[in-house]
Amino acid sequence: MKGFAYLKNVATLELNREKCVGCGRCLEVCPHQVFSLAARTAAIEKKDACMECGACAKNCPVGAIAVDAGVGCASGMINEWLREHNIRGRSGEC
Amino acid sequence: MPGFEQWTQNGAGRVPKISTTLTMRDHLGACKARWGIDRMNYMVPPGLYAIGAPAPEDPVLVTANYKMSFDEVRRNLAGRNVWLLVLETFGINVWCAAGKGTFGTDELVRRIRLSGLARAVNHRHLILPILGAPGVAAHEVAKQTGFTVRYAAIRAADLPAYLDHGMKTTEAMRELTFTLYERLVLVPVELVTAARQSAVIMAVLGALFAFAGGWQAGLVAMAAYLGAMLAGVAAAPVLLPWLPGRSFAVKGTVIGILWGGAVTLLAHPSPLVTAALFVGLPAVSAFYALNFTGCTTFTSRSGVKKEMRIALPVMGAAVAVSLAMLAVSRLL
Ligand code: SF4
Ligand code: SF4
Repeated sequence: MKGFAYLKNVATLELNREKCVGCGRCLEVCPHQVFSLAARTAAIEKKDACMECGACAKNCPVGAIAVDAGVGCASGMINEWLREHNIRGRSGEC
Repeated sequence: MPGFEQWTQNGAGRVPKISTTLTMRDHLGACKARWGIDRMNYMVPPGLYAIGAPAPEDPVLVTANYKMSFDEVRRNLAGRNVWLLVLETFGINVWCAAGKGTFGTDELVRRIRLSGLARAVNHRHLILPILGAPGVAAHEVAKQTGFTVRYAAIRAADLPAYLDHGMKTTEAMRELTFTLYERLVLVPVELVTAARQSAVIMAVLGALFAFAGGWQAGLVAMAAYLGAMLAGVAAAPVLLPWLPGRSFAVKGTVIGILWGGAVTLLAHPSPLVTAALFVGLPAVSAFYALNFTGCTTFTSRSGVKKEMRIALPVMGAAVAVSLAMLAVSRLL
């Protein structure tokens, strides 16, 4: 996103180019222009721009994309941790 | 329901026709919702709506039943004939609902069936907001209902251009922005959320300091905390692009240090108290700034996780050290 950049080398996005059928859906749904398409195969162009929203993985018809998508706010995550450790927390709201 | 004009009859049965102009009440409601007032009742009944006098070949747009999303979409479709399919997202906007999965494949499939959409239109295309994509698997919807999904644009304001230019999404329509205004409107509800917890902390701080150093000390302590909270909740989001670093905790720390400087200039505390201010206040600001990652659309979950793993222990330690210094300064 122009003017904004978040931490480098943390995004969990992965693309299996063997599986890709070049439909272009991932380019259509990604709001950060992370992918490019050439010779009917997608490629990850700007991995650090990925916000892990999961739109590409959800919409890839052949399951070629994997990403750890989910709640991205600090309080939601604290609640998640509390729940994981079986400590009662208020339900996470973002 | 908001914007209701009249009932229309068509293949799907009775469909409400809605207006494309917002009333004073719509604007007032939006204003209230931004402050978190009555937010949960800010819903529109899900189902199929008519804008103008849509015919069976006219396009179908899909949105969430958060009233502000609904209002924004209908306002931008003035003078057109389109169908609007509203999904049950429990009053949550498209982006957050897609993340939670309520703006999702299952609800879309269910709503297509319940509304009788296939009888109202003679084509099999749906137009969805791009930010709804994290919840909807387009190929699944096609498999289950025969309707193909097109992701049109991020902002409802781009819908007229999209519809006028043969349903083509330009690069700009696909690109997220985070303008000053877009950041500013997020602040009120964050303030309201932070206020409750801050009130408790301020009461405790105020009482402790008033007990140890008189009521003035209590007031100063409360004001110092309040400022640090506001620096993180309000100033950090507004100044986001200009604050140094990529990490939100770092951005929050920077603004907290500035606030610590301001307090020092105003209150002329002893050297030890000054040190305590510069250690403790930035930690408070950093915490609230880090919390703002939940409102942005460019921070990744893995990034926030990494920040928290490093920043939370540091913040905790800073607060503890700061309080210890203040306690010592009382004894000296
Ligand atoms: S959505 Fe999947 S199959 Fe289609 S281009 Fe992207 S990776 Fe390839
Ligand atoms: S997870 Fe979201 S931001 Fe990341 S590449 Fe996929 S669509 Fe783009």
